[in-house]
Formats: sequence, C-alpha cells, structure tokens
Amino acid sequence: MFDIDLWREIFQSINKNRTRSILSGFTVAFAILLFVILFGIANGLKNTFAEGFVDDASNSIFVRTGFTTKAHKGLQAGRRIQLKNEDQDFILDEYGNKVQYITSRIYKSVSASYKNEQNNYQLRAVNPDHQFLEKTQVVSGRYVNQSDIINKTKVVVIGRLVDEDLFLKTTPIGKYINLNGIQYKVVGVFEDDGGDNEERMIYMPLTTAQQIYGNNDYVDQINLTYNPDLDFDEALDFSRSLTDKLKDRFSVAPMDQRAIRVRNLANESQQVGIIEVAISIFVIIIGLGTLIAGIVGISNIMIFIVKERTKEIGVRKALGASPKSIVSIIMFEAIIITTIAGYVGLILGVVILKLAKPILEENFLKNPSVDSSLVLTATFVLILAGAIAGYLPAKKASKIKPIVALRDD
Amino acid sequence: MLKISKLHKSYPIGDSSLHVLKGIDLSVDSGEMVAIMGSSGSGKSTLLNIIGMLDELDKGEYVLDNVPIVDLNEKKAAIYRNKFLGFIFQSFNLINYKNAIENVALPLYYQGFKRKERLEKALFHLSKVGLSDWAKHLPNELSGGQKQRVAIARALAADPKLLLADEPTGALDTKTSHEIMEFLQQLNDEGKTILIVTHEEDIADMCKRIVRLKDGVIMEDKFVTQVRASQYV
Repeated sequence: MFDIDLWREIFQSINKNRTRSILSGFTVAFAILLFVILFGIANGLKNTFAEGFVDDASNSIFVRTGFTTKAHKGLQAGRRIQLKNEDQDFILDEYGNKVQYITSRIYKSVSASYKNEQNNYQLRAVNPDHQFLEKTQVVSGRYVNQSDIINKTKVVVIGRLVDEDLFLKTTPIGKYINLNGIQYKVVGVFEDDGGDNEERMIYMPLTTAQQIYGNNDYVDQINLTYNPDLDFDEALDFSRSLTDKLKDRFSVAPMDQRAIRVRNLANESQQVGIIEVAISIFVIIIGLGTLIAGIVGISNIMIFIVKERTKEIGVRKALGASPKSIVSIIMFEAIIITTIAGYVGLILGVVILKLAKPILEENFLKNPSVDSSLVLTATFVLILAGAIAGYLPAKKASKIKPIVALRDD
Repeated sequence: MLKISKLHKSYPIGDSSLHVLKGIDLSVDSGEMVAIMGSSGSGKSTLLNIIGMLDELDKGEYVLDNVPIVDLNEKKAAIYRNKFLGFIFQSFNLINYKNAIENVALPLYYQGFKRKERLEKALFHLSKVGLSDWAKHLPNELSGGQKQRVAIARALAADPKLLLADEPTGALDTKTSHEIMEFLQQLNDEGKTILIVTHEEDIADMCKRIVRLKDGVIMEDKFVTQVRASQYV
C-alpha cells in the first residue's frame, strides 16, 4: 500500500499545478469550514437549552406551597400551607422505593463577613442529599453531613465566588464566617455548573437554620429525585400521585393549583431532548449537504484535471503504466487534496469559533465548540469523501486509450 | 522479430466503416531500420499504432519477439509496451512538469526499478544522447532537438526490443532532423531494431528498407542503400 514513489509522483503533480490544486481544495475547505461553524453554533444552541437543566438533576421533582385559592372541607380559601420536617418523612414513608434523593430547603438572605470583607448572599439550609440534587461539586473540604443535621452544628459550605469575595487569597476551610452576627465554621467550598448565582450561595445544615431562625421545624421547599429506573410515564404518574397525596394531607381542594405545586423536570427535559435531536438532525442534513457539494466540486475539478492531463496519461500508458497505477494517481491526488483542504477548513472553523466565542456567548450560545472526536470522524469522512470524489475521474482516466490521448493535439 | 500477416483494421464512421488497413503482411528482422512511407490517410500511422499496441487489430496475426499479441486487455498491453517497445513521437510528448531526467526515468518507474537505480540508468541514457548537463531542466527550457533527444533517451531507458518512431523529425528543422537521424542510425548500428513512420523521402532514404503504403495495402517493400546522416551534419 505505501509506495514512496507513488506519493512522490502525486506530490509532484500537486505541487507543479499548485493553483489548480489550491482552487480545487478550496471548495472542500469552505464546505468543512461552514460545517464546523454550523456545528459549533448548533452545539452552542444545544448547550443553551441544556443549561437550564445542568443546574439540577434532570429527574428532579420540586414541591412548593402557597396559599389555598379554594375553600375545601370546611376550610377557607387563603389559608397558608406550611411544609414541615414531617412532610419529608411522610413522602419517604409513602414512596420510599421511588425516591432516590430527598432534601428540604429553607431560604434566607444573609449578610456575610470575614475580617474586612462583607457582602450579601443567599443562604440555603439543606439535608446532605441536597448535594446530589443540585449537582454540587465540593472542591475542598466537605459538604453538610448527617452528623451536622443531628448535632445542629454551626457549619457552612460556601460557593466558589463567596470564597473569592470574602477570603481573597487565603484558604477558607476552618475559618469562621460571620452571618448576620453569628459565627459559622467554613467546612467546604463548592462549584456548580448552574452559573454565578449558584456559586454565590451558602449551604447550612437544615436543623441548624431551623433552630437559629425561628426555632421551629418549618421548611420552604422539598426537593427530590425519583428513582432513575422509572421511565417517563412512571415518573409522571409518580409526581401526579404525590400531588394528590399531599393535597389530601393538607386538606387542599383537588383543583387548587396554587396551594401545593409539584414541578417534575421529566416533562421539561423530554421537551429539551426533542429539541436537541431536532437540532442534531438539522446540522447533519446541512453538514452532509455542504460536504456533498464539496465532494461534487472536487470530483468536477478532478474530471477537468483528467481531461487536461489526457495526453500525459496517454504518454504514461504508452510507457507502460497499468490502469491500476493511473487509478491510484488520480484517486490519491483527490484524497490528498480533500484531506489537506478539509483539515485547513476544520482548523479555520475551530479558530473562527474560538474568536467569535465571546460574541456568540453574549447571544445565548453557550460554549459553541466542536469536540476532538469530531476531528477523528472528520479524518475518516474526508478520506472517504476524497475517494468518492476521485473514483469517477480515476475510472475515466484509466479508460483513456493512449492512441486517442496521443492523437489529441 | 516482428511478423504481421493478413492484418485488417477499420474504423467506424457513423453508420459505415472506413477500412484503413486491408491485409498487410510484413516481417521485420532484428537489427533492421525500416521506414514506413505513405501519404496521409494511407494507414501508416494506424499500422504503427497496432505494432505499438496502442490500437487493436480487427483481423490477422501479429507476433512480436515470438510472442503472439492476442486478446490484449489494458493491463497486458501495458506490460508488453513496457517490456518490448520504445516510443518516439512527432510532438515529443514529454511530461512538462517533470525535468529531463525524471522523464527518462518514467518507464523505469513502471518497470519497478528503485528510485536510485532509475536515476542512475536515466542519467546514463541522457549522457548517451549528450544531454547529461541538461538533466535538471524542464522540457520547456529545451530546444526541439533536445526535447526529441530526451524522448529518445526515454524510449531507450526501458531497453526495448523495438523502437517505434512516428514522424520523429516532423516538428524539427532540417539540420536538427539530420542530427536526430544520425543518432537513430547510430542506435541501429548498435543493433536496435527501428521502425520509422515518415512522409519525407530524405528521411526514408536514411533507413535500410522502405515500405510504401497506399490505401491500406503495401505498394512497395524494398531494401535501399542507407544514406548516412552524418554527411549532412
């Protein structure tokens, strides 16, 4: 297969006809360039859609409460429904096998300070399961654990940006942070893909917050994830049944939409999934279209090249070139032009995407890039494309009769 | 060396066909230098193309160096051409993006010689035609006579049994023509069998035998006293 002389012949022919080779490569380079940019933008679009969901596990269910809007069982409308610790236990008792993680949440706004630095942050008091629900990545120290819940310890886990704001260059683990006048020990720092707001968050054990802010067992919200083995329909059934049970428990009218709200991400993530598939299909169709246009372009020019080189091919045949060697010369020339031009297009595309990234990200395209696996795929596709592009012209060339070629002047 | 009997060839023209060669019998021995003459349309080039396996015969027999040339497919023809034949064309037919030595080395490439060997042999043949100083020059940097000498070196490179020349002096002036003929005569003196298609009487006179074609048949086939080209140079 590897024949140094064959390659020498091909590179000589490409090199001696540089303009022609560059021009014929141009179509492919342009096709790949367009494809890469399109692919990157589509990726950005997909990332934007997915962004709303990377923050939370896609099998999340949120339970929130509000005021009743309908009178029911002798109770008036306008009653406030308050979730408590026992409601989380109730859900676990009823649906233990369907629940993967569960946590309660309390929200507070706090003013935090360390030494001379001071700022306002959101505080979430949570159970240890919250880490998995929110996809929190602890980068140093630890998260809230069960013993914190039992002992109501005064510890906090702070977001990366809180760390940057307050602790500047020093490491925060083990230091004491002042939240609304009370000292808490920092036990961990976390990152979150959900964006800057999520990283300006402070987590605290649920029970600690309950004791300090009101000495009760109230919670603002219950978050849970359902067992990932449940399929889409089972997941929807689960959240519907959960809604009914909770409405019954709090004596809320079945039709009351405000008092108890259960939001199931399964619904939304399925819609996003459909949109992502649609974008992928769109990109593949356009990409294939441009690639085919490129192949046709190369093929066209190769046919022209064969026509132009008819005489040379005739001479080669008269000197004893076999049809096979003529086919290889034309085929490999097409493959080499396609591959090199393709890579030029690919690299240009990647560079353009990189340069345009800030502008694109302003316009809601998150991280518009192509991954490295595409490069491998592209290599394969380009060689194949070159072979396809070269096949017809090569066949045509091998059929040239030397007598016809030599007469041709 | 070469034996042709009852050779027929016709070309289709629209619905009818043009009968170009109508039963040619010709045999050439090793070491001969034969001129094939005839006016245009006499079939002389067709005959040369069939001998050169660039074209196929319709009817008849063709034996080259005791090998019957039958059922030629492209691959077989390529091997025979490479092994038996060297071509010299009127328009030189050098590959314009290859320099002189690369052009000469080309048939050796198709014979499967290694690059180093190829270039050595090519340089040897170039020096034989007196162009070793021009090895790295492209064809368009050479004069007509030099181009034809490169073409001759290329035809010789593969060490063919038979040298076929189609109007080798057709594109050259008289002086250069005589130089080329002198060189071909030298090759013939060394034992090469040469077939030359020409319509110029003085070129034909420099061969040892003249075969005259008219309307697809051999009119005359005679041995002549060779006029040495060297006396004109």
